[in-house]
Amino acid sequence: MGVPIQLEVNGQTVRQEVEPRLLLVHFLRDVLGLTGTKIGCDTSQCGACTVLMDGHAVKSCTVLAVQADGSSITTIEGLAQDGKYHPVQEAFWEAHGLQCGYCTPGMILSVVDLLESHPSPSEAEIREGLEGNLCRCTGYHNIVRAVQIAAEAMGK
Amino acid sequence: MIPPKFDYHRPTSVQEAVQLLQSSPEAKVLAGGHSLIPLMKLRLAAPAAVIDIGRIPDLRGIQALDSGELRIGACTTHHEIATSQAVQRAAPLLAEAAAQIGDRQVRYRGTIGGNLAHADPASDLPAVVVALNATLQAEGPQGSRSIPAAEFFVDLMTTTLQPGEILTQIRVPALGQGTGSCYLKFEHPASGYALCGAAAIVSLNPDGSCAQARLCFNGVSARPVDAAAVAQALVGSDLSDGAIDAAVEDHLRVPDPVGDIHASASYRQELAKALGKRALKAARDRARG
Repeated sequence: MGVPIQLEVNGQTVRQEVEPRLLLVHFLRDVLGLTGTKIGCDTSQCGACTVLMDGHAVKSCTVLAVQADGSSITTIEGLAQDGKYHPVQEAFWEAHGLQCGYCTPGMILSVVDLLESHPSPSEAEIREGLEGNLCRCTGYHNIVRAVQIAAEAMGK
Repeated sequence: MIPPKFDYHRPTSVQEAVQLLQSSPEAKVLAGGHSLIPLMKLRLAAPAAVIDIGRIPDLRGIQALDSGELRIGACTTHHEIATSQAVQRAAPLLAEAAAQIGDRQVRYRGTIGGNLAHADPASDLPAVVVALNATLQAEGPQGSRSIPAAEFFVDLMTTTLQPGEILTQIRVPALGQGTGSCYLKFEHPASGYALCGAAAIVSLNPDGSCAQARLCFNGVSARPVDAAAVAQALVGSDLSDGAIDAAVEDHLRVPDPVGDIHASASYRQELAKALGKRALKAARDRARG
Protein backbone atom coordinates (compact mmCIF):
# COMPACT_ATOMS: atom_id res chain seq x y z
CA MET A 1 0.00 0.00 0.00
CA GLY A 2 1.57 3.28 -1.10
CA VAL A 3 1.49 6.38 1.05
CA PRO A 4 1.49 9.76 -0.72
CA ILE A 5 4.22 12.14 0.42
CA GLN A 6 5.17 15.63 -0.61
CA LEU A 7 8.46 17.23 0.26
CA GLU A 8 10.95 19.73 -1.01
CA VAL A 9 14.26 18.33 -2.21
CA ASN A 10 16.94 20.88 -3.06
CA GLY A 11 14.27 23.50 -3.57
CA GLN A 12 12.08 21.40 -5.87
CA THR A 13 8.69 20.11 -4.78
CA VAL A 14 8.44 16.34 -5.08
CA ARG A 15 5.18 14.37 -4.87
CA GLN A 16 5.39 10.61 -4.79
CA GLU A 17 3.61 7.54 -3.51
CA VAL A 18 6.01 5.43 -1.45
CA GLU A 19 6.02 2.13 0.37
CA PRO A 20 6.03 2.87 4.13
CA ARG A 21 9.22 0.86 4.61
CA LEU A 22 11.17 2.89 2.05
CA LEU A 23 14.12 4.62 3.72
CA LEU A 24 14.81 8.26 2.94
CA VAL A 25 18.27 7.38 1.59
CA HIS A 26 16.75 4.92 -0.89
CA PHE A 27 14.09 7.47 -1.85
CA LEU A 28 16.79 10.03 -2.63
CA ARG A 29 19.13 7.66 -4.44
CA ASP A 30 16.83 5.18 -6.18
CA VAL A 31 13.64 7.16 -6.74
CA LEU A 32 15.06 10.63 -7.35
CA GLY A 33 18.46 9.51 -8.70
CA LEU A 34 20.37 11.75 -6.27
CA THR A 35 23.28 9.39 -5.75
CA GLY A 36 25.54 11.99 -4.10
CA THR A 37 24.13 10.75 -0.79
CA LYS A 38 26.07 7.58 0.08
CA ILE A 39 25.20 4.44 1.99
CA GLY A 40 28.09 3.41 4.22
CA CYS A 41 27.49 1.35 7.35
CA ASP A 42 23.69 1.33 6.97
CA THR A 43 23.49 1.13 10.80
CA SER A 44 23.21 4.82 11.82
CA GLN A 45 26.87 5.16 12.70
CA CYS A 46 29.08 6.33 9.82
CA GLY A 47 27.16 9.41 8.64
CA ALA A 48 27.85 8.88 4.90
CA CYS A 49 24.09 9.19 4.32
CA THR A 50 23.78 12.54 6.14
CA VAL A 51 21.42 15.07 4.56
CA LEU A 52 19.83 18.23 5.91
CA MET A 53 16.21 17.82 6.97
CA ASP A 54 14.62 21.20 7.75
CA GLY A 55 18.16 22.51 8.22
CA HIS A 56 19.36 19.80 10.62
CA ALA A 57 21.83 17.05 9.75
CA VAL A 58 20.16 13.62 9.90
CA LYS A 59 21.18 10.11 8.92
CA SER A 60 18.90 9.30 6.00
CA CYS A 61 19.42 5.54 6.44
CA THR A 62 17.52 5.86 9.74
CA VAL A 63 14.60 7.99 8.54
CA LEU A 64 11.61 6.58 6.68
CA ALA A 65 10.61 8.51 3.58
CA VAL A 66 7.11 8.83 5.11
CA GLN A 67 8.67 10.57 8.13
CA ALA A 68 10.16 13.15 5.76
CA ASP A 69 6.70 14.02 4.40
CA GLY A 70 6.30 17.81 4.46
CA SER A 71 9.96 18.49 5.17
CA SER A 72 12.63 20.29 3.23
CA ILE A 73 15.67 18.18 2.32
CA THR A 74 19.06 19.37 1.13
CA THR A 75 21.48 16.86 -0.37
CA ILE A 76 25.00 17.51 -1.60
CA GLU A 77 23.55 18.17 -5.07
CA GLY A 78 21.61 21.13 -3.67
CA LEU A 79 24.43 22.99 -1.94
CA ALA A 80 25.99 24.83 -4.85
CA GLN A 81 24.06 27.94 -5.86
CA ASP A 82 24.11 29.41 -9.39
CA GLY A 83 27.01 27.21 -10.39
CA LYS A 84 29.07 28.37 -7.42
CA TYR A 85 30.21 25.92 -4.75
CA HIS A 86 29.11 26.42 -1.14
CA PRO A 87 31.94 27.82 1.03
CA VAL A 88 32.17 24.47 2.84
CA GLN A 89 32.65 22.68 -0.50
CA GLU A 90 35.31 25.23 -1.46
CA ALA A 91 37.08 24.70 1.86
CA PHE A 92 37.18 20.90 1.48
CA TRP A 93 38.74 21.47 -1.93
CA GLU A 94 41.19 24.04 -0.56
CA ALA A 95 42.35 21.97 2.44
CA HIS A 96 42.09 18.65 0.60
CA GLY A 97 39.70 17.41 3.30
CA LEU A 98 39.23 14.04 1.69
CA GLN A 99 40.97 11.11 0.14
CA CYS A 100 38.59 8.62 -1.48
CA GLY A 101 35.67 11.05 -1.11
CA TYR A 102 33.05 8.56 -0.01
CA CYS A 103 32.34 10.24 3.34
CA THR A 104 32.59 13.74 1.87
CA PRO A 105 28.95 14.52 0.96
CA GLY A 106 27.75 13.55 4.45
CA MET A 107 30.73 15.25 6.06
CA ILE A 108 30.06 18.52 4.21
CA LEU A 109 26.37 18.57 5.13
CA SER A 110 27.23 17.93 8.79
CA VAL A 111 29.67 20.84 8.65
CA VAL A 112 27.00 23.13 7.15
CA ASP A 113 24.75 22.24 10.11
CA LEU A 114 27.59 22.61 12.65
CA LEU A 115 28.57 26.08 11.40
CA GLU A 116 24.94 27.16 11.66
CA SER A 117 25.00 26.70 15.45
CA HIS A 118 28.77 27.26 15.96
CA PRO A 119 29.90 29.92 13.46
CA SER A 120 33.47 29.95 14.78
CA PRO A 121 34.04 26.57 16.41
CA SER A 122 37.16 25.57 18.33
CA GLU A 123 39.05 22.51 17.12
CA ALA A 124 37.49 20.47 19.94
CA GLU A 125 34.00 21.64 18.93
CA ILE A 126 34.72 20.67 15.32
CA ARG A 127 35.90 17.18 16.27
CA GLU A 128 32.97 16.67 18.63
CA GLY A 129 30.51 18.14 16.13
CA LEU A 130 31.64 15.64 13.51
CA GLU A 131 31.63 12.56 15.76
CA GLY A 132 28.70 11.22 13.75
CA ASN A 133 30.71 11.17 10.51
CA LEU A 134 33.45 8.61 10.01
CA CYS A 135 36.28 8.95 7.52
CA ARG A 136 38.43 5.85 7.07
CA CYS A 137 41.11 7.51 4.89
CA THR A 138 42.42 10.85 6.01
CA GLY A 139 42.61 10.82 9.79
CA TYR A 140 40.45 13.98 10.05
CA HIS A 141 43.33 16.48 10.15
CA ASN A 142 42.53 18.09 6.80
CA ILE A 143 38.81 17.84 7.46
CA VAL A 144 39.25 19.95 10.61
CA ARG A 145 41.34 22.42 8.60
CA ALA A 146 38.59 22.59 5.98
CA VAL A 147 36.01 23.46 8.64
CA GLN A 148 38.26 26.21 10.00
CA ILE A 149 38.74 27.65 6.51
CA ALA A 150 35.00 27.48 5.83
CA ALA A 151 34.17 29.15 9.16
CA GLU A 152 36.54 31.98 8.36
CA ALA A 153 35.22 32.41 4.83
CA MET A 154 31.60 32.41 5.98
CA GLY A 155 32.30 34.84 8.85
CA LYS A 156 33.56 37.51 6.47
CA MET B 1 19.10 -3.18 4.64
CA ILE B 2 15.38 -2.79 4.21
CA PRO B 3 12.79 -3.15 6.99
CA PRO B 4 10.05 -5.78 6.61
CA LYS B 5 6.67 -4.59 5.30
CA PHE B 6 4.29 -2.91 7.68
CA ASP B 7 1.11 -0.83 7.66
CA TYR B 8 1.79 2.81 8.43
CA HIS B 9 -0.45 5.03 10.55
CA ARG B 10 0.12 8.65 11.44
CA PRO B 11 -2.41 9.67 14.08
CA THR B 12 -2.89 13.35 14.86
CA SER B 13 -3.83 12.96 18.54
CA VAL B 14 -2.86 10.78 21.50
CA GLN B 15 -6.43 9.42 21.68
CA GLU B 16 -6.28 8.34 18.05
CA ALA B 17 -2.88 6.73 18.64
CA VAL B 18 -4.23 4.78 21.64
CA GLN B 19 -7.23 3.61 19.58
CA LEU B 20 -4.96 2.47 16.75
CA LEU B 21 -2.74 0.62 19.19
CA GLN B 22 -5.78 -1.14 20.61
CA SER B 23 -7.05 -2.21 17.20
CA SER B 24 -3.66 -3.56 16.13
CA PRO B 25 -1.92 -5.08 19.14
CA GLU B 26 1.04 -6.17 17.00
CA ALA B 27 1.87 -2.55 16.19
CA LYS B 28 4.95 -0.68 17.37
CA VAL B 29 5.00 3.00 18.21
CA LEU B 30 7.43 5.14 16.19
CA ALA B 31 8.71 8.43 17.62
CA GLY B 32 12.08 9.54 16.22
CA GLY B 33 12.78 6.03 14.99
CA HIS B 34 16.40 5.88 16.12
CA SER B 35 15.91 2.71 18.12
CA LEU B 36 13.04 1.10 16.22
CA ILE B 37 14.18 1.60 12.61
CA PRO B 38 17.64 0.03 13.16
CA LEU B 39 15.94 -2.95 14.84
CA MET B 40 13.55 -3.30 11.91
CA LYS B 41 16.38 -3.05 9.38
CA LEU B 42 18.22 -5.85 11.19
CA ARG B 43 14.90 -7.77 11.22
CA LEU B 44 15.09 -8.03 14.98
CA ALA B 45 11.67 -6.37 15.00
CA ALA B 46 8.95 -6.98 12.41
CA PRO B 47 5.80 -5.20 13.58
CA ALA B 48 2.69 -5.67 11.43
CA ALA B 49 1.96 -1.97 11.81
CA VAL B 50 3.83 1.17 12.80
CA ILE B 51 2.06 4.02 14.54
CA ASP B 52 4.00 7.24 13.94
CA ILE B 53 3.37 9.58 16.88
CA GLY B 54 6.17 11.94 15.82
CA ARG B 55 3.85 14.72 14.69
CA ILE B 56 1.35 14.88 17.54
CA PRO B 57 1.79 18.47 18.78
CA ASP B 58 0.86 17.62 22.42
CA LEU B 59 3.80 15.22 22.63
CA ARG B 60 6.46 17.77 21.80
CA GLY B 61 8.08 20.52 23.82
CA ILE B 62 9.38 21.49 27.24
CA GLN B 63 7.32 23.37 29.77
CA ALA B 64 8.65 24.71 33.08
CA LEU B 65 5.96 25.09 35.75
CA ASP B 66 6.09 27.78 38.46
CA SER B 67 7.01 25.05 40.94
CA GLY B 68 10.13 24.48 38.85
CA GLU B 69 8.91 21.10 37.62
CA LEU B 70 9.65 20.32 33.98
CA ARG B 71 7.04 18.72 31.75
CA ILE B 72 8.70 17.23 28.73
CA GLY B 73 6.68 15.79 25.86
CA ALA B 74 7.70 12.24 24.98
CA CYS B 75 8.58 13.19 21.40
CA THR B 76 10.97 15.98 22.43
CA THR B 77 14.38 15.32 20.88
CA HIS B 78 17.66 14.86 22.72
CA HIS B 79 18.94 17.98 20.94
CA GLU B 80 16.02 20.05 22.24
CA ILE B 81 16.61 18.78 25.78
CA ALA B 82 20.39 19.21 25.70
CA THR B 83 20.12 22.81 24.49
CA SER B 84 17.07 23.88 26.52
CA GLN B 85 17.82 26.63 29.05
CA ALA B 86 14.84 25.52 31.13
CA VAL B 87 16.31 22.01 31.43
CA GLN B 88 19.81 23.33 32.08
CA ARG B 89 18.37 25.45 34.91
CA ALA B 90 16.00 22.96 36.56
CA ALA B 91 17.65 19.60 35.84
CA PRO B 92 21.13 20.10 34.40
CA LEU B 93 21.80 16.37 34.88
CA LEU B 94 19.24 15.58 32.16
CA ALA B 95 20.72 18.12 29.72
CA GLU B 96 24.24 16.82 30.40
CA ALA B 97 23.21 13.22 29.71
CA ALA B 98 21.13 14.09 26.62
CA ALA B 99 24.15 15.89 25.14
CA GLN B 100 26.15 12.65 25.38
CA ILE B 101 23.70 10.44 23.49
CA GLY B 102 24.89 9.10 20.14
CA ASP B 103 26.07 11.92 17.92
CA ARG B 104 24.75 15.20 16.58
CA GLN B 105 22.59 13.61 13.86
CA VAL B 106 21.14 11.05 16.26
CA ARG B 107 20.28 13.75 18.82
CA TYR B 108 18.26 15.69 16.22
CA ARG B 109 15.95 12.71 15.68
CA GLY B 110 16.05 10.55 18.81
CA THR B 111 13.45 11.35 21.48
CA ILE B 112 13.33 11.07 25.27
CA GLY B 113 10.11 9.03 25.21
CA GLY B 114 11.40 6.64 22.57
CA ASN B 115 14.63 6.21 24.46
CA LEU B 116 12.91 5.43 27.78
CA ALA B 117 10.22 3.16 26.29
CA HIS B 118 12.92 1.24 24.39
CA ALA B 119 14.65 0.65 27.77
CA ASP B 120 18.06 -0.24 26.43
CA PRO B 121 20.15 -0.71 29.59
CA ALA B 122 23.24 0.74 27.86
CA SER B 123 21.41 3.93 27.01
CA ASP B 124 22.02 7.20 28.88
CA LEU B 125 18.63 8.36 30.11
CA PRO B 126 17.21 5.50 32.24
CA ALA B 127 19.49 6.00 35.27
CA VAL B 128 19.16 9.77 34.90
CA VAL B 129 15.35 9.82 35.19
CA VAL B 130 15.60 7.42 38.14
CA ALA B 131 18.17 9.66 39.86
CA LEU B 132 15.98 12.73 39.23
CA ASN B 133 12.89 10.99 40.70
CA ALA B 134 11.04 11.74 37.47
CA THR B 135 7.49 10.59 36.83
CA LEU B 136 6.47 9.07 33.52
CA GLN B 137 2.96 9.68 32.21
CA ALA B 138 1.34 6.98 30.12
CA GLU B 139 -1.93 7.14 28.21
CA GLY B 140 -3.93 4.01 27.53
CA PRO B 141 -7.45 2.69 26.93
CA GLN B 142 -8.18 3.12 30.66
CA GLY B 143 -6.99 6.72 30.71
CA SER B 144 -3.71 8.13 31.95
CA ARG B 145 -1.49 7.02 34.81
CA SER B 146 1.71 8.20 36.46
CA ILE B 147 4.63 5.82 36.86
CA PRO B 148 7.59 6.69 39.10
CA ALA B 149 10.79 6.27 37.04
CA ALA B 150 12.12 3.82 39.64
CA GLU B 151 9.22 1.45 38.84
CA PHE B 152 9.22 1.95 35.06
CA PHE B 153 12.12 -0.30 34.07
CA VAL B 154 11.34 -3.98 34.59
CA ASP B 155 14.09 -5.82 32.72
CA LEU B 156 16.21 -5.74 29.58
CA MET B 157 14.21 -3.73 26.98
CA THR B 158 11.12 -4.22 29.14
CA THR B 159 9.07 -1.56 30.89
CA THR B 160 5.90 -1.51 32.91
CA LEU B 161 4.02 0.02 29.94
CA GLN B 162 1.00 -2.18 29.22
CA PRO B 163 -0.19 -3.24 25.76
CA GLY B 164 -2.16 -0.30 24.37
CA GLU B 165 -0.32 2.29 26.47
CA ILE B 166 1.81 5.11 25.08
CA LEU B 167 4.38 7.10 27.04
CA THR B 168 3.29 10.73 26.68
CA GLN B 169 5.20 12.93 29.11
CA ILE B 170 8.15 12.98 31.47
CA ARG B 171 7.79 15.10 34.62
CA VAL B 172 11.04 16.10 36.25
CA PRO B 173 11.15 17.90 39.61
CA ALA B 174 13.63 20.78 39.76
CA LEU B 175 16.82 20.27 41.72
CA GLY B 176 16.91 22.62 44.70
CA GLN B 177 19.40 25.28 45.74
CA GLY B 178 22.79 24.03 46.89
CA THR B 179 22.52 20.99 44.65
CA GLY B 180 25.03 19.76 42.09
CA SER B 181 24.80 16.91 39.61
CA CYS B 182 26.94 15.08 37.10
CA TYR B 183 26.51 12.41 34.42
CA LEU B 184 29.66 10.57 33.37
CA LYS B 185 29.98 7.59 31.11
CA PHE B 186 32.58 5.17 29.88
CA GLU B 187 31.38 4.48 26.40
CA HIS B 188 31.94 1.70 23.94
CA PRO B 189 34.29 3.39 21.48
CA ALA B 190 32.44 2.27 18.35
CA SER B 191 28.78 2.44 19.34
CA GLY B 192 28.92 5.22 21.95
CA TYR B 193 26.64 3.20 24.22
CA ALA B 194 27.48 3.18 27.93
CA LEU B 195 29.54 0.28 29.23
CA CYS B 196 28.82 2.15 32.43
CA GLY B 197 27.13 5.50 33.00
CA ALA B 198 26.96 7.19 36.42
CA ALA B 199 24.35 9.79 37.38
CA ALA B 200 25.09 11.60 40.66
CA ILE B 201 23.22 14.31 42.57
CA VAL B 202 24.49 15.91 45.80
CA SER B 203 22.68 18.49 47.98
CA LEU B 204 24.48 20.45 50.67
CA ASN B 205 23.35 21.60 54.13
CA PRO B 206 24.18 25.23 55.02
CA ASP B 207 27.24 23.94 56.91
CA GLY B 208 28.50 22.18 53.77
CA SER B 209 27.71 18.65 54.90
CA CYS B 210 25.68 16.31 52.73
CA ALA B 211 21.91 16.74 53.01
CA GLN B 212 20.92 14.31 50.26
CA ALA B 213 22.60 12.26 47.57
CA ARG B 214 21.62 10.05 44.64
CA LEU B 215 23.79 7.70 42.63
CA CYS B 216 22.38 5.60 39.76
CA PHE B 217 24.00 3.62 36.97
CA ASN B 218 23.33 2.65 33.37
CA GLY B 219 24.96 -0.22 31.54
CA VAL B 220 25.91 -2.45 34.45
CA SER B 221 22.68 -4.40 34.86
CA ALA B 222 19.55 -5.18 32.84
CA ARG B 223 17.84 -2.19 34.44
CA PRO B 224 19.11 1.04 36.01
CA VAL B 225 20.85 0.46 39.34
CA ASP B 226 19.98 2.75 42.24
CA ALA B 227 22.93 2.71 44.66
CA ALA B 228 20.75 3.90 47.53
CA ALA B 229 23.11 2.47 50.18
CA VAL B 230 25.97 4.65 48.90
CA ALA B 231 23.74 7.72 48.99
CA GLN B 232 22.54 6.86 52.51
CA ALA B 233 26.11 6.47 53.73
CA LEU B 234 26.98 9.94 52.43
CA VAL B 235 24.15 11.81 54.18
CA GLY B 236 25.62 13.85 57.02
CA SER B 237 29.20 13.32 55.87
CA ASP B 238 31.56 16.16 54.97
CA LEU B 239 31.67 14.92 51.34
CA SER B 240 35.46 14.84 51.41
CA ASP B 241 37.15 12.73 48.74
CA GLY B 242 37.81 10.15 51.46
CA ALA B 243 34.18 10.05 52.55
CA ILE B 244 33.00 9.57 48.96
CA ASP B 245 35.60 6.88 48.23
CA ALA B 246 34.70 4.99 51.40
CA ALA B 247 30.94 5.21 50.77
CA VAL B 248 31.35 3.77 47.27
CA GLU B 249 33.88 1.08 48.26
CA ASP B 250 31.87 -0.08 51.25
CA HIS B 251 28.31 0.20 49.96
CA LEU B 252 28.15 -0.14 46.18
CA ARG B 253 26.47 -3.40 45.22
CA VAL B 254 25.43 -4.08 41.63
CA PRO B 255 22.63 -6.66 41.57
CA ASP B 256 22.89 -9.12 38.65
CA PRO B 257 25.79 -7.39 36.89
CA VAL B 258 25.90 -7.98 33.14
CA GLY B 259 28.92 -9.13 31.18
CA ASP B 260 29.27 -9.53 27.43
CA ILE B 261 31.94 -9.58 24.72
CA HIS B 262 32.60 -5.87 25.30
CA ALA B 263 33.18 -5.96 29.06
CA SER B 264 32.96 -8.61 31.76
CA ALA B 265 30.65 -8.22 34.73
CA SER B 266 33.55 -7.69 37.13
CA TYR B 267 35.08 -5.04 34.86
CA ARG B 268 31.76 -3.22 34.72
CA GLN B 269 31.56 -3.28 38.50
CA GLU B 270 35.01 -1.70 38.70
CA LEU B 271 33.89 0.92 36.17
CA ALA B 272 30.86 1.64 38.34
CA LYS B 273 33.08 2.23 41.38
CA ALA B 274 35.45 4.53 39.50
CA LEU B 275 32.75 6.50 37.67
CA GLY B 276 30.53 6.64 40.76
CA LYS B 277 33.31 8.29 42.78
CA ARG B 278 34.17 10.74 40.00
CA ALA B 279 30.54 11.68 39.36
CA LEU B 280 29.85 12.24 43.07
CA LYS B 281 32.96 14.43 43.45
CA ALA B 282 32.04 16.48 40.37
CA ALA B 283 28.46 16.87 41.66
CA ARG B 284 29.83 18.00 45.05
CA ASP B 285 32.13 20.56 43.42
CA ARG B 286 29.24 21.92 41.36
CA ALA B 287 27.02 22.09 44.45
CA ARG B 288 29.70 24.12 46.22
CA GLY B 289 29.71 26.44 43.19
